[in-house]
Amino acid sequence: MDQFTLNLIVVGITFAIYIGIAIWARAGTTAEFYAAGQGVPPVLNGMATGADWMSAASFISMAGIIALAPAGGYEQSAFLMGWTGGYVLLALLLAPYLRKFGKFTVPEFIGDRFYSGGARLVAVICLIIISVTYVIGQMRGVGVTFSRFLEVSTDTGLYIGAAIVFAYAVLGGMKGITYTQVAQYVVLIIAYTIPAIFISLSLTGSFLPQLGLIGGYAPSGGDVAMLTKLDQVVTELGFKAYTSESANMFNMFLFTMSLMIGTAGLPHVIIRFFTVPKVADARSSAGWSLVFIALLYTVAPAVGSMARLNLTTTFWPGAVTGSAFSAPALSIADIESKPELSWINTWKTTGLLAYEDKNGDGLIQYFNEPAALVAANKALADATKALTDAAEGADKAPLEAAVATATTAVDAALAEAQLGGQSMAAQGLRGNELTKIDNDMMVLANPEIAALPAWVVALVAAGALAAALSTAAGLLLAISSAISHDLIKGSINPNISEKGELLAARVAMSFAIVVATYLGLNPPGFAAQVVALAFGLAAATIFPVLMMGIFSKRINKEGAIVGMLVGLVFTSLYIFAYKGMFFVPGTNWLPDTPANYIFGISPLSIGTIGAVLNFASAYIVSMATKAPPAHVVELIESIRVPKGAGAATAH
Amino acid sequence: MADRTSSSAYWAANVRVILISLAVWFFCSFGLGIILRPALKGIMVGGADLGFWFAQNGSIYVFLVLIGVYAWKMNKLDKEFGVEE
Repeated sequence: MDQFTLNLIVVGITFAIYIGIAIWARAGTTAEFYAAGQGVPPVLNGMATGADWMSAASFISMAGIIALAPAGGYEQSAFLMGWTGGYVLLALLLAPYLRKFGKFTVPEFIGDRFYSGGARLVAVICLIIISVTYVIGQMRGVGVTFSRFLEVSTDTGLYIGAAIVFAYAVLGGMKGITYTQVAQYVVLIIAYTIPAIFISLSLTGSFLPQLGLIGGYAPSGGDVAMLTKLDQVVTELGFKAYTSESANMFNMFLFTMSLMIGTAGLPHVIIRFFTVPKVADARSSAGWSLVFIALLYTVAPAVGSMARLNLTTTFWPGAVTGSAFSAPALSIADIESKPELSWINTWKTTGLLAYEDKNGDGLIQYFNEPAALVAANKALADATKALTDAAEGADKAPLEAAVATATTAVDAALAEAQLGGQSMAAQGLRGNELTKIDNDMMVLANPEIAALPAWVVALVAAGALAAALSTAAGLLLAISSAISHDLIKGSINPNISEKGELLAARVAMSFAIVVATYLGLNPPGFAAQVVALAFGLAAATIFPVLMMGIFSKRINKEGAIVGMLVGLVFTSLYIFAYKGMFFVPGTNWLPDTPANYIFGISPLSIGTIGAVLNFASAYIVSMATKAPPAHVVELIESIRVPKGAGAATAH
Repeated sequence: MADRTSSSAYWAANVRVILISLAVWFFCSFGLGIILRPALKGIMVGGADLGFWFAQNGSIYVFLVLIGVYAWKMNKLDKEFGVEE
């Protein structure tokens, strides 16, 4: 059986399971549609939250981001700590109290606690911006996975994915989504850990990837630590050491904090804790969620470091036992003839990997170009482009002179640049020849790089789809409930019947899927940055207002509204200043490089500062205005005590 | 004791548990994983230095234990104050 048929069968079986669950778990009431009738056991809710949380970014991208980061893998630990530490905040500061409140949506809590339709509306706007930006990435993930493994176009893949989500999310609501996510969790965790275990065994001899990460490097006898070996190999090739310290500790601190409080403030994660029967279950469910999430997140750094080492030793076979330069680099003849290296050309066709034999020696030399060489090469490319673009009959002499000057500069840079103790010019090198290696390739290609059986490859395809689909469904539910429950029932038509609201929820969900599919087909060209926006905004708007709503009796509606708006505007503006107004390229006011960041704070880390400003402005405004009324103080006192939670009420 | 049943005493006890837990949360991730890493370079956990290990694996294990202990402690408090469901 060939790989394609196998992929089709494995993915087909998982999809059949998802649809089957959807038919079994149809939602009959709004309580089931919004919160699965508050009947989900904490362990299952933990699994569902795990699948809901672990998106295409966690499954496909994260290990690759850690593996290939130019600043080294350590700096990227912010993702590992941030995306897990947020659950501590959820369990301690939000989940139990919001469950006690016992309603269906995050804006509903904000509206009731701050006795204001305006506050609820601002929360709905924040929620929709956060969730829509987040869902685009998931739809792209579905499309990319389909196109790589099932030989359909990215667009067709997107339509298939949207149809599947439509079937179980619109039919089943939160109930269908929850039980489907349980199945999706099982698929994705198996798909992630099996290749990791195989790779850990071959590189470190350790069955557990978590122990492999700190274990010895097996191919050279195991007396050198895997991480030490990795540091040695990459620094030899001119890269920054994998474990090197953060260049900007302050920014890493803020980035980690931003991801943590952003995680705790993501509406689609928070509403998962509305589905459990009791307050105590909300606490334990957060713990179970983290157990299931940690299974992937503790494996990810092992996958990242080992994939990097595997990749590097593939291109420099000598690095396995000694110095990278103790044997010639990988030859094109080997890439084309050896079956275990066929993945290189397979991935080359997807565009996620590219190589170019710049000096024509038949070998692919992979190394890091020093900054001076990169700049010289860019100047040469620009000068050459200017020459070829020059109009017919124009005076080409000055342009030709510019190219000649730039060529001399490149030669000088090559004579200056060192690799393996010799200048690059002396070795006949023209530049790094592994010209592209995409973060997203690392996890998806791992089973092929490690020469694992075909069924493992098929499983990884199903796992990547499960990760993207489960997160998309959770986000779509958060969007649809904000529209049908907060906008329609909450302000436009409060007298809508139960049946009418259920229908409205389904229509809103269908609409959200159409919008998400459209944005997935026509990504605004900023898929990577929007996730930063989603976390930054969740950190700067939703998290502070929820926390103040629970822990302070004094913060009033004026304070909450001002706080949210300050967080929203400040964070968006700081991100737009570097990434462009609404991410339109070229409209940024400041260059997007660390040298230009205010106090070195990157736009990814700004959510923390936005949150601080939200807290501060809410406090100042509340102190200057009237205290909340007595019935709100009673509400706060009641959510602080678990007793008397019972079932959620529609109103 | 009368105040053992009052909801403000329950809330004060709850906040104390939260503050202690948050101190641990902060120390293992931001402390050991980021701020103190350069100072603790010499201490190794297998093939990784302590700060690196806490940043990539260790703090996640601490988070797990932390939520477990918190949930257990709060359930005990709920019973003590008679506010469990």
